[in-house]
Amino acid sequence: MLHITTLHYLVLGAALFLLGVIGVLTRRNVVIVLMSIELILNAVNLNLVAFSRIWGGLHGQVFAIFVITDAAAEAAVGLGILIAFFRNKETVNIDEVNLLKW
Amino acid sequence: MFFLTHIWLIPLLPAFGAAIMLFFGRKLQKATVSAVCVGTIVLAFLMACGAVWQYSAWSSTPENFHKPYQTILYTWLGTDTGHMNYATHEGSQAAFQADAGFLLDPLSSIWLLFVTGVGMLIHIYSTGYMAHESGYYRFFGYLNLFMFSMLTLILANNYVLMFVGWEGVGLCSYLLIGFYFHRKSATDAGNKAFIVNRIGDAGFLLGMFFIAWIFGSLRFVDVTMLARHNAAAWMGNPYITAATLLLFVGACGKSAQLPLYIWLPDAMEGPTPVSALIHAATMVTAGVYMVARSNALFVLAPKSMLVVAIVGALTAIFAASIALVQNDIKRVLAYSTVSQLGYMFLALGVGAFAAGVFHVFTHAFFKALLFLGAGSVIHSMSGEQDMRNMGDLGHRIPTTHRTMFIATLAIAGIFPFAGFFSKDAILWETWSREGGAYRFLWYIGYATALMTAFYMFRLMYLTFHGRPRMSHEVEHHIHESPISMTAPLVALALCAIVAGWLGWPHSLGGSDRFTTFLEPVFAPESQVLTEEGRAGQLAAGAKEEEHNTGTEWLLMGLSLAAAGAGWGMAWKNYRHADKGYTEPIAAAAPPVYDTLLHKYYVDEAYDTVFTGRRKLGDVRLGVLGLGEASSWADSHVIDAVVNDVGWITRLTATISSWWDKWIIDGIGVNGPAILARMLSYPARLFEWGLVQWYALVMTAGLVGFVFYYVYH
Repeated sequence: MLHITTLHYLVLGAALFLLGVIGVLTRRNVVIVLMSIELILNAVNLNLVAFSRIWGGLHGQVFAIFVITDAAAEAAVGLGILIAFFRNKETVNIDEVNLLKW
Repeated sequence: MFFLTHIWLIPLLPAFGAAIMLFFGRKLQKATVSAVCVGTIVLAFLMACGAVWQYSAWSSTPENFHKPYQTILYTWLGTDTGHMNYATHEGSQAAFQADAGFLLDPLSSIWLLFVTGVGMLIHIYSTGYMAHESGYYRFFGYLNLFMFSMLTLILANNYVLMFVGWEGVGLCSYLLIGFYFHRKSATDAGNKAFIVNRIGDAGFLLGMFFIAWIFGSLRFVDVTMLARHNAAAWMGNPYITAATLLLFVGACGKSAQLPLYIWLPDAMEGPTPVSALIHAATMVTAGVYMVARSNALFVLAPKSMLVVAIVGALTAIFAASIALVQNDIKRVLAYSTVSQLGYMFLALGVGAFAAGVFHVFTHAFFKALLFLGAGSVIHSMSGEQDMRNMGDLGHRIPTTHRTMFIATLAIAGIFPFAGFFSKDAILWETWSREGGAYRFLWYIGYATALMTAFYMFRLMYLTFHGRPRMSHEVEHHIHESPISMTAPLVALALCAIVAGWLGWPHSLGGSDRFTTFLEPVFAPESQVLTEEGRAGQLAAGAKEEEHNTGTEWLLMGLSLAAAGAGWGMAWKNYRHADKGYTEPIAAAAPPVYDTLLHKYYVDEAYDTVFTGRRKLGDVRLGVLGLGEASSWADSHVIDAVVNDVGWITRLTATISSWWDKWIIDGIGVNGPAILARMLSYPARLFEWGLVQWYALVMTAGLVGFVFYYVYH
């Protein structure tokens, strides 16, 4: 029988983080990039809660609430940027954001 | 005492005549012009006689014994305000003053009498000689102006007023020499006379300034008195020597001594009466007068007197040698004048002031007579002046011939005519001066006397004897001159005979009234000179020679022998002069003849050195050539350096601007920019503008940090 230890939580958190980073780096659609960013944030949440359970204090959980609040605000702003982007470019392809190309 | 107190009228009368000619002369008849101008001189002569007569009466009274008569009309230069004060060489204050004052003493009396007398005769002569000339009134105006200046010179009581007269006679000489101003040779001669005179005047002025500085006064009586009082202290004073030498330079210019005699022969371009009056009797004697007037100063400067004597003797023989071969009748007389003036300065230089003045006196008569006679000859020959074209005139113009013969006897020094006494007095005084150099001067004077006799009798024989050498139409026109011309000749001939008797020497039994008359002027100085001479002789340890009448008779005999020898040589060579006669000197020594004929090439030498008329190709010679050379050097060499410096500056500026534009701006400033651009090309390639690429780079950096913290 597999005993679920802290390590499992951390690994899961790391895996989700990694998936999120890869999503940010590779996906073409801006909405998917924003979803990947949410995934990164939630992975970090998982890590925080895991460490809170291990060490017994509530610091991790409180910090996780902060992160969730922060993620919500960020999602709102990000979607606002997305709407503005879509209004300008008529597309949600992130490769179109290349005005700084030489 | 009227004539004496109104002595200032004497110069004013001819000035008045000149003024009338200046304002009204053109409209007057010739007869009026003659009456006015000749009349003023006749009046001046009569007044002069009166003045001298009254002066001798005045100066023989006990309180005025042997004093000069001075009358001052007004102060001309200088004031009483003290603003014209200056410091003399001792440091005392003196006021610069020159008055319009007149001085009459024995010296100026003599000059006054013969200047007005001979002037009067020449004015009368000119009425005949210039009768057919245009510009008659102009001639007489200038002549009167000349008489005014000469009389001012003679009668002045101070150096400044004398200088006014000095300049005035120079001006009139210029005007009268250039009288025929249509001829270039005449105007050139006038210029030459004035310019050479001016050189002398510079010396006169400097000498005058020295005298003012040393003595604090410019009046003759003051200077003479101071010089006599301090004779022992000031003997040989270098400043007085300088002053007298400078005054002598002035005399050289005016009285045509070496090296400033060159204007006198050329001055023969003027009409003959001018040559007679100015260049024989009066103006050229102004230098002698000035030196005689300053005799007190010259006595204090033995070196100056030696210079005067040597220059006089050398001039005498130099000019006499040139006169031996000249063909123009007036040139012979001109060089004769220079030579006789040399005699006068020789006399002054050896301290025989009275003898020098005596020679001036006699020379005035016989030289004026010679010139007027030459004028008469020229008049009769219709203007011919070259003696080679004359001959056999003696019986055709008898009065002229006889009077000129008398004058020739006088100038040659034949007893008992005038020249014998004066020339012999000079030679005797030269011989009897203690000191070796003076014997040598006597030899020079003796040789000159021989030459004088020769060239004067040569003139006589070529002109009046021999075969006629003129063209036929000239020969037909030969006639004796009118009485207006011959009367003065006769009068002057009488003077030439008699004038010498005034100085009949003691050794021949006479009383030598001339020297006695001049005693108040020269006696103190002769004493100083004799004592000086004797002191020098004793110091040299030589025996004091006794000069007795025997030596004097011997010297007289020698001069008569010289005169006779000269006459004899001329008689032998020229008595039968026909067409194409040979000159004895040319036959004996052609190069000597050529040198003498070309007047020792002195004029050419002066042209080369001073006037810059000689050119070597395009380059001028002499002093003016130096000036041209320096100006060429300045514009080509020095300015070239300046221009080159400017060119170098511009070149440097060009290089500097190129450096700045291409090197500094190009490499220094633009270089890094270009480098940056070059380097940024590859770097640019990394800018894709992709957001996810930025995110990847961020992530890579984060991973790097993590690895660093984990493995360090």
